[in-house]
Amino acid sequence: MNTIAVVDYGMGNLRSVAKALEHVAPQCRVLVTSDAAVIAEAGRVVFPGQGAMPDCMRELECRGLRAAVVDAARHKPFLGICIGLQMLFEASEEGDIKGLGLFRGKVVRFAAAAMTDAEGFKLKVPHMGWNEVRQEHARSEPLGQRAASTRRDEYAHPLWHSIPDNSRFYFVHSYYPQPDDTAIVAATTCYPFRFTCAVARDNIFAVQFHPEKSQAAGLALLRNFAAWDGAAPSWSVDNDASA
Amino acid sequence: MALAKRVIPCLDVTGGRVVKGVNFVGLRDAGDPIEIARRYDAEGADELTFLDITASSEGRGLILKVIEDVAAQVFIPLTVGGGVRSVEDVRLLLNAGADKVSINTSAVQNPRLVLDACARFGSQCIVVAVDAKRVAGSSPPRWEVYTHGGRRATGLDALEWGRRMQAAGAGEILLTSMDRDGTRQGFDLALTRAFSDALEIPIVASGGVGSIDHFSAGVLDGRADAVLAASVFHYGELTVDAVKTHMAAKGIVVRHRGAPYRAVV
Repeated sequence: MNTIAVVDYGMGNLRSVAKALEHVAPQCRVLVTSDAAVIAEAGRVVFPGQGAMPDCMRELECRGLRAAVVDAARHKPFLGICIGLQMLFEASEEGDIKGLGLFRGKVVRFAAAAMTDAEGFKLKVPHMGWNEVRQEHARSEPLGQRAASTRRDEYAHPLWHSIPDNSRFYFVHSYYPQPDDTAIVAATTCYPFRFTCAVARDNIFAVQFHPEKSQAAGLALLRNFAAWDGAAPSWSVDNDASA
Repeated sequence: MALAKRVIPCLDVTGGRVVKGVNFVGLRDAGDPIEIARRYDAEGADELTFLDITASSEGRGLILKVIEDVAAQVFIPLTVGGGVRSVEDVRLLLNAGADKVSINTSAVQNPRLVLDACARFGSQCIVVAVDAKRVAGSSPPRWEVYTHGGRRATGLDALEWGRRMQAAGAGEILLTSMDRDGTRQGFDLALTRAFSDALEIPIVASGGVGSIDHFSAGVLDGRADAVLAASVFHYGELTVDAVKTHMAAKGIVVRHRGAPYRAVV
């Protein structure tokens, strides 16, 4: 139960993710693995990804890891990071290849025409650096109309535990997710428009930013993941009940 | 609020130790890279850049060990450059724990390297370092690309080169003014601004910082996305924290140092 499998399908540096997990979860065994059996046996699974989403999908298929990843995403605490989040969706503008389709919606590129700040200066792509992450309720109704006085802790996802709202996390990406279902939105950020940067449903949590590179806030998120039983917070259960 | 402008201390490393050159000559030994990296992290550095100025074959392996050790203890982005000649060099550095690899001289000698490295590892981890020197008497100003630590002129127009590297897939430009490097007179703001206006990818301004005002000028006048300095941090003249406080007072969005990570809450 105390093993964390970091899925290795040959796309980039997994050392950072593994080192950060070892740092925050000394009680866990962290295994960087491309073995489906190890993924199946692990207590929890981290699904990272770097580079281009179509390449990542192809490598995942080639190494025969697709089924193991999808299975883990259905049954155990599962954390997608960066392209690991993007692959959970149905499609990406980055290429023709289909994603895993665990979440409805697609991944789109920052449109050049939209990339100016409030003063009219050009914003660069990739979106690279530290941006404020707003933790969302992930319940569709109160998103826009949340009373300012509402204590959010009781609703907050366990992975946000002890992390101040609007903490800055490190991003580096040119594409971002557009979920069809707003109920899965666990966080948003602005560049220059507000977009989804974390999604959550049941035992899955996935982030567009890099917690392993986001200093104290990122380490806290990873620590929370290592302690998470995979149970969704109450709003998500409500959501399922009404669906 | 918005994306924060980054403040990046740079550590020049040779033989596993941190040094700082003045105009790339006259090195002074000043410390252990891991301790220095941890100190910068605690001060609120947004990223760290390591330049391996050994770049000779016998010393190559040492930077990998430095990066491995730092990456196990410091959880912010790490960029490594200096002597990167092949896709295999890039792979080794990324595997050691670098998040981005900076390519300079070899990009000029073999522009395909940037294309290949971006195709293999993704644009997000490939930085092209451009050492630019103003062409004497040019008006409006033009800059020429230099390689080999600023010793060799290439005849390449710096802006044109920047555009080519962006097209090849570079995710970021580390732009150093060879006229200003080591002078403490501040960034070449015209150079920085010209790059930032011409390119779509982030620009890291480098070379010439001598006082706290130079950082905010790099962002406000140079439109840099990140500002890099070595000696002002390295000799303790300024802390990253003080620089960010000063930038924030000038209206620049920065990431403030948060509470340190706690294992149990």
